[in-house]
Amino acid sequence: MTIKKKKEIIDDGKSPENRLSLFPDEVLERVLGFVKSHKDRSAVSLVCKDWYTAERWSRTHVFIGNCYSVSPEIVARRFPNIRSVTLKGKPRFSDFNLVPPDWGADIHSWLVIFASAFPFLEELRLKRMTVTDESLDFLARSFTGFKALSLVSCDGFSTNGLASIASYCRNLTELDIQESGVDELGGSWLSCFPENFMALEALNFANLNSEVNFDALERLVARCRSLKVLKVNKSITLEQLRRLLMRAPQLVELGTGSFSQDHSLRTDGELEVAFNNCKSLHTLSGLWEVSSMYLPALYPACANLVFLNLSYAALQSTELAKLLPNCPLLRRLWVLDTVEDKGLEAVASNCHFLEELRVFPADPFDQEIIQEGVGTGVTEFGFVAVSEGCPNLQYVLYFCRQMTNAAVATVVRNCPNFTHFRLCIMNMCEPDYLTNEPMDEAFGAVVKTCTRLRRLAVSGLLTDRAFEYIGTYAKNLETLSVAFAGSSDRGMQCVLEGCPKLRKLEIRDCPFGNSALLSGLERYETMRSLWMSACKVTIDGCCLLARKMPRLNVEVIKEDENDETHAEKVYVYRSVAGPRRDAPPFVLTL
Amino acid sequence: MTPPLEHDYIGLSAAMEAPEKVPGGEEAHKLGLKETELRLGPPGSESPERNKGMGLTLGLMPKSFVSGAKRGFSDAIDGAGKWGFAGGAGSEDGAGQAGEVKKGQNGVKDTDRGMAPAPKAQVVGWPPIRSYRKNTMATNPSSKNKDDAEGKQGSGCLYVKVSMDGAPYLRKVDLKMYCNYKELSSALEKMFSCFTIGQCGSHGIPGRDGLSESRLMDLLNGSEYVLTYEDKDGDWMLVGDVPWEMFTDSCRRLRIMKGSDAIGLAPRAMEKCKNRN
Repeated sequence: MTIKKKKEIIDDGKSPENRLSLFPDEVLERVLGFVKSHKDRSAVSLVCKDWYTAERWSRTHVFIGNCYSVSPEIVARRFPNIRSVTLKGKPRFSDFNLVPPDWGADIHSWLVIFASAFPFLEELRLKRMTVTDESLDFLARSFTGFKALSLVSCDGFSTNGLASIASYCRNLTELDIQESGVDELGGSWLSCFPENFMALEALNFANLNSEVNFDALERLVARCRSLKVLKVNKSITLEQLRRLLMRAPQLVELGTGSFSQDHSLRTDGELEVAFNNCKSLHTLSGLWEVSSMYLPALYPACANLVFLNLSYAALQSTELAKLLPNCPLLRRLWVLDTVEDKGLEAVASNCHFLEELRVFPADPFDQEIIQEGVGTGVTEFGFVAVSEGCPNLQYVLYFCRQMTNAAVATVVRNCPNFTHFRLCIMNMCEPDYLTNEPMDEAFGAVVKTCTRLRRLAVSGLLTDRAFEYIGTYAKNLETLSVAFAGSSDRGMQCVLEGCPKLRKLEIRDCPFGNSALLSGLERYETMRSLWMSACKVTIDGCCLLARKMPRLNVEVIKEDENDETHAEKVYVYRSVAGPRRDAPPFVLTL
Repeated sequence: MTPPLEHDYIGLSAAMEAPEKVPGGEEAHKLGLKETELRLGPPGSESPERNKGMGLTLGLMPKSFVSGAKRGFSDAIDGAGKWGFAGGAGSEDGAGQAGEVKKGQNGVKDTDRGMAPAPKAQVVGWPPIRSYRKNTMATNPSSKNKDDAEGKQGSGCLYVKVSMDGAPYLRKVDLKMYCNYKELSSALEKMFSCFTIGQCGSHGIPGRDGLSESRLMDLLNGSEYVLTYEDKDGDWMLVGDVPWEMFTDSCRRLRIMKGSDAIGLAPRAMEKCKNRN
């Protein structure tokens, strides 16, 4: 039900701008309804007042990249017909424990406003927000038509909150919990879905550890004929997975649970039959404790796989080499570095259409040396090998312990189309291990060659030179992550002055101080946010920034009482909502 | 060169130390022997007979088996139900490997998990791995199933990594090869004996003191080392508190740690047991 508005009458029909107003609003709104991208919608809203009005009435989905950049009241005032909200909260470095707990980004105040402004809200997608059980319960009871809930990297809730969702959301189509910090109070939440509830299309509880009632799950899967996405948790055994697959051969995305040895599995052949039925699978994940003897059972289901997430499966190169030929259409592959360079060679030989590769470290902290000389992850050889076999690569996330400038230059020569290049050399400030030089030239090659680059994460030993390169060449760069790099303020300055499309800049442990911070005065209002931690910025510098740019929120997280002047963690972001009203005591708003 | 003597915290030196010790080197924090060492244990429990000749140094050098024991894991295996630990040993265990100490990580889950072995320095938030992934991988037996393909079809093997504080590298054992704690313990003793004795001849064969196997057992029995394991949930538990089958089902990796680090493990093992049953 769309809330109708009163038609505005404009008196002077003479000026050229007014010709647009003769175009019936309803038609304009109808046309604009097809414009989905929020960037396009922003552009539309700036054309003229009528278009602004038509746009706001026709918008059904709002994306808010920083929950403190705007207030729920402002959102509700501007967009009356919202059905779907995406909200992101904490700074990204909170994923790595750099943001203290209780920092904020609590969804509750938003829900309260939404309950009165958008009673027909259907979808809520949150990332890095704090969500309590109370909020989940409130959500479940306030929005009768609620359909889709997605919580990525969120925290603050328990399985009780999920029970509320399951109990009261009669029209739920999607429940997606990913990488969130959930208090596990048992698996009974799943049994809260009513027996006559059939609407579910996507269920992802892979994140949760508690055992759910399998019978309830099996019945749920059996009656939800539209179920397309099912990602189960570790408690589901292979035999149980087999039974679920027999009920839901129409699945498009599957998370397998642990996939480990199961003595109750009748015969291997049966498992293969179950996978053979799943002809529509295009995404596969899970496999946490995968037992290689069962891997071949998967093969029949892999023919149409586009995305294979093995990032929790400690596979060896031989196992990967046997699996990949069954996935000829693979576009996205996530693996653990247990596959080593040899495994990546197998990727290169098999995955010709690969666009995205992520290699995660199996043992990022435990740098144990195993006597038998078994793997130390991946090196530059694997990286180069993949670039040779997969020329369509656009997205790479690569964790390694050693790298060379030459290797990176070769990689980008082979794959010039990178849009996302995230290289993490895990040993801090590690130079090119062959030449002992800084890794400046590596990233120089990246930004010179990959003109479409939008996201870059750098690592290794880096001087200001690397940042000069970035500032000079990375003209499409939107997100930059920097850690333990740079030699002086000049580094940060180069980036701020040189990258016109920069939106997110996150920096930790770099020698950038106040003059670097202040060199971005004119930039920060065009950016979503800036994060600087363990740099050389002082409180005075931040105060100066705050004074000069009143439309920015300049926040300092201060936990160390002793050092009065140092600004340990600085978070700067543009906002139309003014300073935070819910800031905890350790967040100073300047 | 006189090996550095360690004084326990009440200032008494290791009076019983024998002269033949492996020279420490700079990183050595020698563990003094401890008849005089304070420890926890029920009244009347005495240090089992110790081998005094075995004071060795930390770090990449073989470690000293200091006696005064504590609950060597064979005590645990026997279900003695009591445990003790070395008090007063001032050396920093983790310092042995790399001279650095693990800095606290704020991740709640990590600290809740208790003792994760961290031989190298750790900086908060580096490498940039999400907490969820860290926790999930930590409870994953990354080497456990590695050898399944090599193992027998159908019956499977249960390889777990075994690390020992101070040893330069890990070993792996197949838990399915043993039927009880005793077998496991003697296998481990053999495996790690070359780290515990000054000079090793060939693998595990006792060195210059011509120690026999039984003497080795005494070593571990009398040592301040305890055998611990990480279970499915990522908690570190003392080996020997639960029935063998339950142990092999839930053990993800083993660690021979200094007794002083093992504080607080045993009660949790019992609680967990109760919670499960």
